[in-house]
Amino acid sequence: MFSVLKERVGEILLPGDEFCCGPQDTLPLTDSGKAGRLVAGPGLRRSGDRLLVSRSGVLRHKEPNKFWIESQQRRYVPAKGETVIGIVTTKSGDVFKVDIGGSELASLSFLAFEGATKRNRPNVQVGDLLLAQLVVANKDMEPELVCIDGSGRANGMGVLGTGGLLIKVSLGLVRRLLAPRSDLRADLEQLFPCELTVGMNGRVWVRAGAVQQTLVLANLLQSCDAMTAAQRQQLFRRLQQGAF
Amino acid sequence: MKDTPLSNCERDFILKAIEEKKRLDGRQTYDYRKIKITFGTDYGCCFVDLGQTRVMAQVSCELVVPKESRPNEGIMFFNLELSPMASPAFEQGRQSELSVKLNRQLERCLRNSKCIDTESLCVVSGEKVWQIRVDVRTLNNDGNLMDAASVAAIGALCHFRRPDVSIQGEEVTVYSPEERDPIPLSIYHMPISVSFAFFQQGTFLLVDPSEREERVMDGLLMIAMNKHREICSIQSSGGIMLLKEQVMRCSKIASVKVSEITELINKALLNDKTARKAGGRCGFAESMPQERITALKTDQTEVEMSDVSETASGIVRTAKSPPQTVPSPLVPVPGVGQVGEGLRNTWGLEEEEEEEDDGGESSGGDSVEEVTKMHVEQHQQDKSRAVDVVEILDSDEEEEEVVILYPETTTKPKTTGSSSGQKGAGTSRKQKKK
Repeated sequence: MFSVLKERVGEILLPGDEFCCGPQDTLPLTDSGKAGRLVAGPGLRRSGDRLLVSRSGVLRHKEPNKFWIESQQRRYVPAKGETVIGIVTTKSGDVFKVDIGGSELASLSFLAFEGATKRNRPNVQVGDLLLAQLVVANKDMEPELVCIDGSGRANGMGVLGTGGLLIKVSLGLVRRLLAPRSDLRADLEQLFPCELTVGMNGRVWVRAGAVQQTLVLANLLQSCDAMTAAQRQQLFRRLQQGAF
Repeated sequence: MKDTPLSNCERDFILKAIEEKKRLDGRQTYDYRKIKITFGTDYGCCFVDLGQTRVMAQVSCELVVPKESRPNEGIMFFNLELSPMASPAFEQGRQSELSVKLNRQLERCLRNSKCIDTESLCVVSGEKVWQIRVDVRTLNNDGNLMDAASVAAIGALCHFRRPDVSIQGEEVTVYSPEERDPIPLSIYHMPISVSFAFFQQGTFLLVDPSEREERVMDGLLMIAMNKHREICSIQSSGGIMLLKEQVMRCSKIASVKVSEITELINKALLNDKTARKAGGRCGFAESMPQERITALKTDQTEVEMSDVSETASGIVRTAKSPPQTVPSPLVPVPGVGQVGEGLRNTWGLEEEEEEEDDGGESSGGDSVEEVTKMHVEQHQQDKSRAVDVVEILDSDEEEEEVVILYPETTTKPKTTGSSSGQKGAGTSRKQKKK
């Protein structure tokens, strides 16, 4: 199965495609006979001895044994450990209710901020933007957020500043922005100094020096969503030449 | 379901941008978004796209007993529905405040302005008159539903044809469309509504607010006018104080916009008429934009710095000729692939319509079903059987086609040229009705 999967890396797969352990997957006698492990990422699901595709997209592979399906999606499904941008909707007692774009409002305790105690409450109003991390996110329970990491430090999380604009993009673009060596980010750096806060729920907060630049950036990101690298570079080049 | 709340950050930013005379999508203060008007296969069906806001209007008629106070006038009935398709904030069945407001404004704009000659709708005075019913349904809400709805309603009314009627003594004969050509309604003028959004207590104004701008606005002024510069209705909501000069300025702007939009509607009607006469394809299926994930260009988000000139005139999409069928997938640009957009079914299976039973029907009967299909190719043969093309559609499309595999073929033998890839398996298509 490993070899079959490897062949199809980079191909577009549809839900319903499957990979079975066929007769060609028997180990050759000359090999040392070590059992291989295959990690099935998002979009791939194991059912008995078959591997089923449950999402449409491109098959990707990372050494040594990780496979997943990369798809375009705009609807966010909360997953544990992800950092998201949320909007505070209500403040009730000790808990904030935050909208993160999922099916339910997430709850955030007021003690989950750096340096917050029962007497020292955080300064969060209804309608504020927050960057927070999901600690509980599954289909049976209401999602829960915190604004501190394991050691009690904020680490960039918390209330976002003023003067920026929030835009909604697809999840694929967000992942591309957050990738370790992202050429989208490198291209953006060439343009003009700006501040970007990226939430895994498809929300991006942008701020640049002037209102005009912020608007340009916001529109750029939204159009980059559906472009290939070449088109994007062409667009950026046109921008740089255009009167600023 | 509730809509995503607006954060303080966004609100402040939008207001600040408006103070600097900048809009989120790069328009100028008095610019409209791109307007696209298309008509369906049936008479009286009109789709209007105002940017991303999408609205559909359908006109229908029936013979009823007239009102007692007006025995020789026809009846006009307007209904605007906010579909949950348009926004998560709209709920099905519940009359929200916005829905009541839009309904009332549409009625005032069209009924009170007497744009339709109701006396011509009378058949037998006191007994039978035509009741014309306009149903407007919002399909996507990106702001300014009222303008889109008014353009759609008046476009549909201009496009509509009612059955011909003849009276001989006591006998009233209503002719079907096959017997005698249906006749259009007599419309005096075309009232169109233009919306102005006010910010900072009336200091700043914007024409054609988008959804985010609508959320932060202080008040809204709707002026309905026709191209002869007659004001049909004015409504101001939000409780802001407007000065006389402001209202006068708005009405001047509105008259300019209305003449442009009227021009656009007339052009669209003309295009539709020539397309129908030429026997070509018409109907909304032909004019739907192909919105694919791998599209090279998205109309909506253009970078501000590039030349974004959005004028209402000159953006009418004519009926396209059917695209060429390709035997292999098209790669428009290296690096871009297409998923399932092959325009011809290359799997070797010929599909039949499930509803096309009762023997070979005339193409007139098929036309109703064809409205709901994406691409239909008509074979030039006696049987007048239509062959469907399998399309794997994106979720953006408004209709889905479900292909159901049956263990054996159903009713009729397949049409010529079919090569069944699987033994004994027939496919039939179930169409989802709108």
